[in-house]
Amino acid sequence: MLIYTLKRLGLAIIVMITVSMISFMLLRVSGDPAISLAGEGASSAEIEFVREQYGFDRPLIIQYFEWAGRAIQGDLGNSAYVKQSVAQMLRERMGVTMTLGICSLTFAMLLAIPLGMLAAIRPNTWIDRLALSISVMGQAMPSFWFGLILIIFFGVYLRWLPISGSDTWKHFVMPTIALGYYATPAIMRLVRSGMLEVLASDHIRTARAKGLRWPKILFKHTLRNAIIPVVAVAAVQLGFMLGGSIVIEAIFALNGLGNLAWVSISRSDLPVVQAIVLFLSIIYIFLTFMADIFNAFLDPRIRSS
Amino acid sequence: MKKKSINLLSISLFILMCLSCFLQPAFAGKKDDTLNIAFSKELETLDRYFNTAREGIVIARHAYDNLLYRDPVTYEYKGLLAKSFKWNTDTEMEIVLREGVKFHNGQELTADDVAYTLNFAANPDNKVKTQRYSDWIDKVEKTGTYSVKIMLKKPFPAALEFLSGANPIYPKEYYSSVGPDGFGVKPIGTGPYKVVEVIPGQKVVLEKNENYFKDSPKGQPNIGKIVWRTLPEVNTQMAELMTGSLDWIWLVPPDQAVKLAEIPTLTVTPAETMRIGYIVFDAANRSGTEHGMDNPYVNLKVRQAINHAINRDSIAKNLVGGQSRSVYSACFPSQFGCEQDVKQYEYNPEKAKKLLAEAGYPNGFETTLYGYRNRDFAEAMIGDLAAVGIKANLMIMKYSALREKARAGKTQMQFLTWGSYSINDVSAIVSHFFEFEADDFSRDPMVRDLLVEADTSIDTAKRKKLYSQALKLIADQAYWCPMFTYVSNNCYSKDLDFTPYPDAVPRFFQSKWK
Repeated sequence: MLIYTLKRLGLAIIVMITVSMISFMLLRVSGDPAISLAGEGASSAEIEFVREQYGFDRPLIIQYFEWAGRAIQGDLGNSAYVKQSVAQMLRERMGVTMTLGICSLTFAMLLAIPLGMLAAIRPNTWIDRLALSISVMGQAMPSFWFGLILIIFFGVYLRWLPISGSDTWKHFVMPTIALGYYATPAIMRLVRSGMLEVLASDHIRTARAKGLRWPKILFKHTLRNAIIPVVAVAAVQLGFMLGGSIVIEAIFALNGLGNLAWVSISRSDLPVVQAIVLFLSIIYIFLTFMADIFNAFLDPRIRSS
Repeated sequence: MKKKSINLLSISLFILMCLSCFLQPAFAGKKDDTLNIAFSKELETLDRYFNTAREGIVIARHAYDNLLYRDPVTYEYKGLLAKSFKWNTDTEMEIVLREGVKFHNGQELTADDVAYTLNFAANPDNKVKTQRYSDWIDKVEKTGTYSVKIMLKKPFPAALEFLSGANPIYPKEYYSSVGPDGFGVKPIGTGPYKVVEVIPGQKVVLEKNENYFKDSPKGQPNIGKIVWRTLPEVNTQMAELMTGSLDWIWLVPPDQAVKLAEIPTLTVTPAETMRIGYIVFDAANRSGTEHGMDNPYVNLKVRQAINHAINRDSIAKNLVGGQSRSVYSACFPSQFGCEQDVKQYEYNPEKAKKLLAEAGYPNGFETTLYGYRNRDFAEAMIGDLAAVGIKANLMIMKYSALREKARAGKTQMQFLTWGSYSINDVSAIVSHFFEFEADDFSRDPMVRDLLVEADTSIDTAKRKKLYSQALKLIADQAYWCPMFTYVSNNCYSKDLDFTPYPDAVPRFFQSKWK
């Protein structure tokens, strides 16, 4: 188990370094940052000035190692656009994104687990089909489009919910649904297949033969066994959601990391984009790592392979 | 069964969307005297000397005042903080300030503040981002409590324009104690609105300056409070406007603006702006070969052919919409010196084909059209070019990336736009593009010499004549294919009295509730 954990950890670190390197390089080849920072109509002299001031004139590899060296010490530098340190900007906006991510995941679980259970109890009936269609629709619809539909319906027509901003809990309702719905199918299908498998197993048959009440069999004996892999998937989904919130945050003008990433890309604020990519990938890698360990802990077959 | 229910769902959604058009705003800003507006872009700082975005100009006009004021209708220069101004020589201007003008912190404006601010902006060591607005100033000297002298490095006819359009005056004591960083989040000016709250990335709240000086040509502010929000998505802005949470938005795409115009509670004004769209050719031949053939754009007839091939009127009318019109001269019509009597290449595909054949391309050729915005406009141009046999591939890039490529001499034909920073003088456009700077793709010494002479001449009539000659030459040589003016769709509540101007700087201090 220890060897397996160390192996996974090593892999996670390599992935992290690769991600940071690729994002660093990609961001720099996507256009001269000095030109976009200087603004439309800047003269060559102004651009040169920006280039020197931000150190874009030095070799790429040196820029990378300088940045990485400081990042390890927790110094992510200053934003090239706003007069603020990147660490402070991330701190300010992390709350909104985390709230959104956790709310969405909770929403996805609340929707997916009952749907998956219903589908498993009555497999291959119209209930199963309906549950499947509901969840597949979530995956088929682009989340930005779904977000806009929610805005038209609940914001413009019914006027139940505020459309944009992050001042109250009400502001989080629509983004939570838009983002959470997208994650529903993966969880729902896992619950369904897990439940089906467990329901067909011997101990359930025994439980039924003993005359245990159906709800008790379902929740205590079946769901508890079927839900274990779901927890691992949910962890990974949370990582997806933190990354996927970029579009949702832009639509609902939530002032979180996703929105910050979006605007920073458009204004070529490289230090901020890099820090966000690094931060989100660390979270994602961490969650995947934890899920791996968790799975290995539960299932000895994984760690021996 | 399933199919049917999906159909039902989409139909009911459509009906809801239509119904939503007839709803009354839930909480319009008129009731609490608060104007709610939204812009897509976040400002990096409210210090005008350290931001380059249009939003920066807009907020500066509200929070600060300049020495001079340009009337948005007559384009006449008037004193704003200045009571009077006059040229002593070609390089020295004398300014007498109004007395009794107060900053938002109660301090009175004096010559010290003016000299300090302008000297600060003109000093390259301070690294202001808007160097070009102030680098013509040599130094500013205080000559009395309420009078200053501005010394220029060399004669600069656009000085009045820059003193009215840029270079706001800050309070010396406060600015020097908090510095640009502190000032950027807590600015103080003399303007018609005070900045009372700044939440970076979210909003700026402005409040009416009750003590705004009475004789200001800007007039007195009317609306009590302005809440300025940053909303990146135009669809979200529109939804907020429909519910009445916002009272004003702009830059709405034409097709969407048409829909908003149908809502009875909203007004849509597609107002022309100073931005023009044009195609520029690599006439100076910096690109050499592309698509395996020599650069065709060194040939005058090819450039003229494209000028004849593009259906300007159709793009202006059908795609840009509103007040957009065709342009043939390389400038915005209202700009000083923008000669309209230049060679006009009317839309004539037959003539274009003939010119191409004469140039040695009877079957047209393959090329690339680069652009950075308005893909739909660019696609219309591609269609027009295809009709005369030119097969153009479209390449849309990020502005900064395209500019880098173009300056390296690797583009033969680009669809670009230019807003002249709302400056009503041709020097803000032709002098930028035809004086052998990085963005000059034609490199014509005759054009350059005419422009340089015009730029440094104080004699208005002479300037006008020189710019006219230069613009005629540019049109004769078809260095550009000027196409159309841009339009900004201002969409706002029917309760709001709002007037847009071609310089595309909304003036909310002139707005009031109906």
